[in-house]
Amino acid sequence: MKLTRRSFVGGTLAAPFLAKSGFGQARGSVLRVIPHADLKNIDPIWTTAYISRNHGYMVYDALFAMDQNLKPQPQMVDKWETSADGKTWTFVLRDGLSFHDGKPVTAEDCAASLKRWGKRDAMGQAMFGAVESVSGRDAKTLEIKLTRPYGLLIDSIAKISSNVPFIMPKAIAETDPFKQIESAVGSGPFVFQKAEWVPGSKVVYTKFAGYVPRKEPTSGAAGAKIAKVDRVEWLYIPDPTTCMNALMSGEVDYYEQVPGDLAPVLAKAPGVKIEVLDPIGSQGMVRFNHLVAPTNNVLVRRAIMRAVSQKDALAAAVGNPDYYKECLSIYPCGSPLEAKTGEELVYPSSLDEAKKLLKEANYAGEKLVILQPTDIPITSAFALVVGKACRDIGMNVDVQAMDWSSITSRRAKKEPVDQGGWNMFPTWWIGGDLLNPMSNASLVADPAKAWPGWPTDPKLEELRTAFANASGAEAQKKAAADIQARAIEIGTAVNMGIFFVPVGYRDNVKGMIPSPVQFFWNMEKVSA
Amino acid sequence: MLIFILKRILSTIPVMAVVALVVFLLLRLSPGDPAAVIAGDYATAEQIAKIRIQLGLDQPIYAQFVSWILRLLHGDLGVSIFSNLPVSTLIAQRVEPTTMLALTTIVFSIVVAVPLGVLAAAKAGTWIDRAVMVFAVVGFSVPVFVLGYFFIYGFAIGLRWFPVQGYRSPFDSPADFLAHIALPTVALSAIFIALIARITRASVLEILEEDYIRTARAKGQVERKVLLVHALGNAAVPIVTVIGLGIAALIGGVVVTESVFNIPGLGRLVVDAILKRDYPIIQGLILLFSLVYIVLNLVIDIAYTLLDPRIRY
Repeated sequence: MKLTRRSFVGGTLAAPFLAKSGFGQARGSVLRVIPHADLKNIDPIWTTAYISRNHGYMVYDALFAMDQNLKPQPQMVDKWETSADGKTWTFVLRDGLSFHDGKPVTAEDCAASLKRWGKRDAMGQAMFGAVESVSGRDAKTLEIKLTRPYGLLIDSIAKISSNVPFIMPKAIAETDPFKQIESAVGSGPFVFQKAEWVPGSKVVYTKFAGYVPRKEPTSGAAGAKIAKVDRVEWLYIPDPTTCMNALMSGEVDYYEQVPGDLAPVLAKAPGVKIEVLDPIGSQGMVRFNHLVAPTNNVLVRRAIMRAVSQKDALAAAVGNPDYYKECLSIYPCGSPLEAKTGEELVYPSSLDEAKKLLKEANYAGEKLVILQPTDIPITSAFALVVGKACRDIGMNVDVQAMDWSSITSRRAKKEPVDQGGWNMFPTWWIGGDLLNPMSNASLVADPAKAWPGWPTDPKLEELRTAFANASGAEAQKKAAADIQARAIEIGTAVNMGIFFVPVGYRDNVKGMIPSPVQFFWNMEKVSA
Repeated sequence: MLIFILKRILSTIPVMAVVALVVFLLLRLSPGDPAAVIAGDYATAEQIAKIRIQLGLDQPIYAQFVSWILRLLHGDLGVSIFSNLPVSTLIAQRVEPTTMLALTTIVFSIVVAVPLGVLAAAKAGTWIDRAVMVFAVVGFSVPVFVLGYFFIYGFAIGLRWFPVQGYRSPFDSPADFLAHIALPTVALSAIFIALIARITRASVLEILEEDYIRTARAKGQVERKVLLVHALGNAAVPIVTVIGLGIAALIGGVVVTESVFNIPGLGRLVVDAILKRDYPIIQGLILLFSLVYIVLNLVIDIAYTLLDPRIRY
């Protein structure tokens, strides 16, 4: 090739930009990840934010964890036993557990951590309702004494999603549960590098050399947690198109939540793979307000539930049929407690049946206010689809657009709609949050403890108590099915079905773990 | 002059006080509750109330305002509700990318736009003039995110000359800095090039009608000197005004560019804070932006006296 003056000058000027190693990226085993959200705080007990939960899984370990079949398995615990009356549980910690500051993990650390978690988490509060004391019998033996047998003890401390009972050093775990912790010292497979944390942009974790993994193979949140890269960088990129471009150009290795409309583009991009790792998906729901007309009428709620077609809603919200499925069970389809009870009240969807119910309810044209979170595309679409269905059956619908933060305060209002109240708001949960009736917020029917919507139904509360006290898988499954039937009967929420959010990654990234929650241990970058 | 500057500096105090009051009240009166966001979906009303107490949001608005102002007077902008980090730290982390983007944009815009404007004025009515004005209209009309994606697709993904996203500090690696800042700078400059070129053209055209320009030409002054010294020099006041306001707008208003190119700057910080109702960050940033506007206006006013000796304060 002939070297001209122009090509020489051009090449010289472009040289700094063309370096392939390029663009300032560090070498070595670094996994660059675009997380689903920005890590705004580092206390996974103080907040239920999923991104803080994922941070927790990086930094902390837990006594028990859910495997890929969503069954609890020991994690920090080596062995455990229950007294004959079922009221005393002892857990012996496995050898080699230490915090990132080098101090050994003790039973007192575990006791303090469980107590803090029990003051914030719904399942934790339910569990601590049966707890007499939690203490360290010795350095490695944790003892939980109950006032009555509690069938969900292991399920509670093994819960997979927010809030996870992560184990922290006692001094940190004694922080007021309503105040953020300031230090993120854990005993998990990665160390949080606080000095490199730039909220809104970057979070850095490095491999914890002192972590001793379990011998069992990795399975969901359980088994061996082996950090196979030296460093994990979460690079928060707010714009989905920029995320897609960054993955296509190889500037990042992993994109945790690929929007459905970008998935086909990435699927065709060279060197990029798209895959659904979450086996049970996320469930959309539109919550009813039981205090305010017209949704304070059970027949109106049933009419709306009958009018809404999951298929239409999911097609509008998600689009690609590969990434959604109809599921009438309030426990995610494919999860252990999936049930079919009560389905006949909502399926098949029918506008004619819904109109009959509305007539039976003596609906007189009262305004139905639906809150629409415009900054969350999927749930925003749910609000619009439900609004359309309600109009189709003759309701006077007012869909009010606002951001999610506004909804979180607006939904706390119990006043009638003409005084700032509301009737319905859409939201979604990962399947891991809905595995049982104790972790499903929409099923609480005691108005003093209930999620906004405030259903009052002693029978549903009795059924939940029965579930909590049930022992054995069959008894729990039966109790869960009864709860589902009752929840649909009284209309706690419109079940919008299941959707899946795929991950995108460079084809040299291996070791992803199928789970409702994103984990980064076991993942590695292999040479081409 | 010194008295003028002192007066202007002192006048920032009541302006900032009014800004502080208005921002504080607007935030507190707008819907949204950070405690509810923090508490999450499982939280009971009692739990949300406890968080509000921890955050001090249970206090009357006037008490919250007084507490904030007292801390502000001690140079303490407060602590982010969500990250628990000092607002000053969060702002410090973001100032450099935004400042660098603003500087490169304004420098690039001036370097391109002023010659274009002068050229258009000198060749008024010709195809060159029309071409520059067409470019200006396009620069105004095409949204920055469209240009940004276009550049990314062409130069980052297609040709692989530049990275798609991110920011590197010039103090760490000048080459990486230039590679990362090039595309956002060019994308963001389009509108400023259009604006400055149009203002320059209009100002220079007006000056070219003046008697002293005719005199300069009559005396045999070369056209280049007439344009650059006599015309441009005297047309500088409106151009400097536009440039100054452009810098101010860039400091707080580049959120779209920052999002498209994933630059962790102040624009994104304020939008994230608004979406989460992180009051201390919003308050701190709006005060900062107000201060930037005030200081830049002062600098522009002082610059007038240097550019036009007739202006005296």
